[in-house]
Amino acid sequence: MKTAHWALPAVVIAGLVAAGCATAPREIQPVTANDLAIMKASFQEKGQAKLDRLDQDEAQKLCSHPPSVRIPAEVSARIEKNNMATIKYPADGKLMGDWKAGEVIAQRGVGKQFSDDPKTPSGGNCYACHQLSKNEISFGTIGPSLYNFGKLRGGPTPEMQRYAYGRIYNSQAFSACSNMPRFGHNDILTEQQIKDVTALLLDPNSPVNQ
Amino acid sequence: MTRLIGIAALLGAIFASGAHAQNTTLDEIARYRAQLQDGNPAELWEARGEDLWKQKRGPKQVSLEQCDLGKGRGVVKGAYAELPRYFSDADKVMDLESRLLHCMVTLQGFSRADATKRVFGSGSSRSDYEALAAWITSESRGVVMKVSLNHQKMQEAYELGEKAFYFRGGPHDFSCATCHSEDNKRIRLQDLPNLTQKKGAQLGYTTWPAYRVSQGELRTFQWRINDCFRQQRFPDLVFGSELSIALTAFLAYNANGAAFNAPAIKR
Ligand code: HEC
Ligand code: HEC
Repeated sequence: MKTAHWALPAVVIAGLVAAGCATAPREIQPVTANDLAIMKASFQEKGQAKLDRLDQDEAQKLCSHPPSVRIPAEVSARIEKNNMATIKYPADGKLMGDWKAGEVIAQRGVGKQFSDDPKTPSGGNCYACHQLSKNEISFGTIGPSLYNFGKLRGGPTPEMQRYAYGRIYNSQAFSACSNMPRFGHNDILTEQQIKDVTALLLDPNSPVNQ
Repeated sequence: MTRLIGIAALLGAIFASGAHAQNTTLDEIARYRAQLQDGNPAELWEARGEDLWKQKRGPKQVSLEQCDLGKGRGVVKGAYAELPRYFSDADKVMDLESRLLHCMVTLQGFSRADATKRVFGSGSSRSDYEALAAWITSESRGVVMKVSLNHQKMQEAYELGEKAFYFRGGPHDFSCATCHSEDNKRIRLQDLPNLTQKKGAQLGYTTWPAYRVSQGELRTFQWRINDCFRQQRFPDLVFGSELSIALTAFLAYNANGAAFNAPAIKR
């Protein structure tokens, strides 16, 4: 068996037969230096999107696989540990901001695209992947529904605030190879914006918890 | 033709305000799609594309009828269903758009810079590629996709395309797979085809080029990939670049066996 690029031999192809997939699972080989050179030569920098966006960090390298490929537990644990270490909680100790501002951030899809003005704040685009409030019916399904998130998790307890803030800051600290962007770690959202979105999830008055 | 222009104007009017709620827009599209039936504004591009193909153009004043799209000089019927492919005259794998660029440069004598001035159209500033692709692909409508990996370089292109599909990067950690590797997912209300499975790849590939109602433009597969990379927060994919061809080869091969069905009409 070929060794995948997390340098451990066991790649487990999980549940494919059971799921009834017709095509055989393929382990994706890591990009070589030559592949990366071809890739970089195929892009031109535009606006804020520079070529360094193709320089992968550890998690990006280890997670460039089909969802059917399960990475070994030790590797997941390492990714989560290293990402956990990146989370910076606010110095003032306040993790919840204004849920109304949070709703605007959750609705906003722009940010970091070459077509976006880097001077305007990025959105979190939570609705692209999550259901959040009942009145917004245009929501995506890449992530789980977060409707009633605060209500179901026992309200804005200090532990739950820490979890929600941390999850938004760096999702891979909680699930390696998560499809959710690492909003704080990758400077997509500011500290204040993350506080506001945390309030959207946990404030009892937020539409998420109605 | 006048009927088509009327429809295009109507569609333009719906989207001019741009302020409609998304679900209203979707309803409107469903309604107009039904009204359009066999009349897709893409036909405007197809007609212009056929003219462009036959006109003597460029410094050398020759027509693209001398261009070999893989089935012999000037053969258009069914050519798109076998692209991308390896071309020995260029010693390269090419998709339709990069092949057209090659022919504009080598046959018609355009400089590369001139031939790539306007790869994606916008309003009155039109792209020859979009017109040519509309016509050429329409000549493969109903033809079963049959892309071959027999040549070593096609095999390599496919493998690079596959790796690139799963390659995560940028500030959002996205790859194509983030949005296109599971069934029944959507972003907001837009359904996301699972391009890693035969059915999704067939659906997603064989319906491009497409007239995009929201833009009032006909868009090719090069545009589709470029715009998904934009949403992926990657830099600007170079038109006709090796990576764009590799990704196209990966998806086109996965669509083999399905009847090609474009130019289509989309949101
Ligand atoms: C590209 C899709 C995507 C976007 C955008 C996204 N998420 Fe997520 N999110 C996910 C996925 C997928 C999960 C499931 C867990 C995992 O795989 O990490 C998740 C999980 C979560 C969880 C944990 C849920 C639980 O049960 O504990 C929270 C909280 C969350 N997201 C909040 C947000 C917020 C707030 C935003 C906007 C700032 C956001 N997400 C944007 C994809 C996304
Ligand atoms: C952030 C999510 C996202 C990423 C990442 C993404 N796409 Fe897409 N893609 C979409 C959306 C949304 C649509 C549907 C667009 C619409 O309906 O307007 C789409 C449509 C497509 C289609 C057309 C499907 C059809 O049926 O018309 C293809 C093909 C495609 N994407 C390929 C790719 C490739 C290749 C990549 C990687 C370079 C990629 N996408 C990355 C969101 C994404």
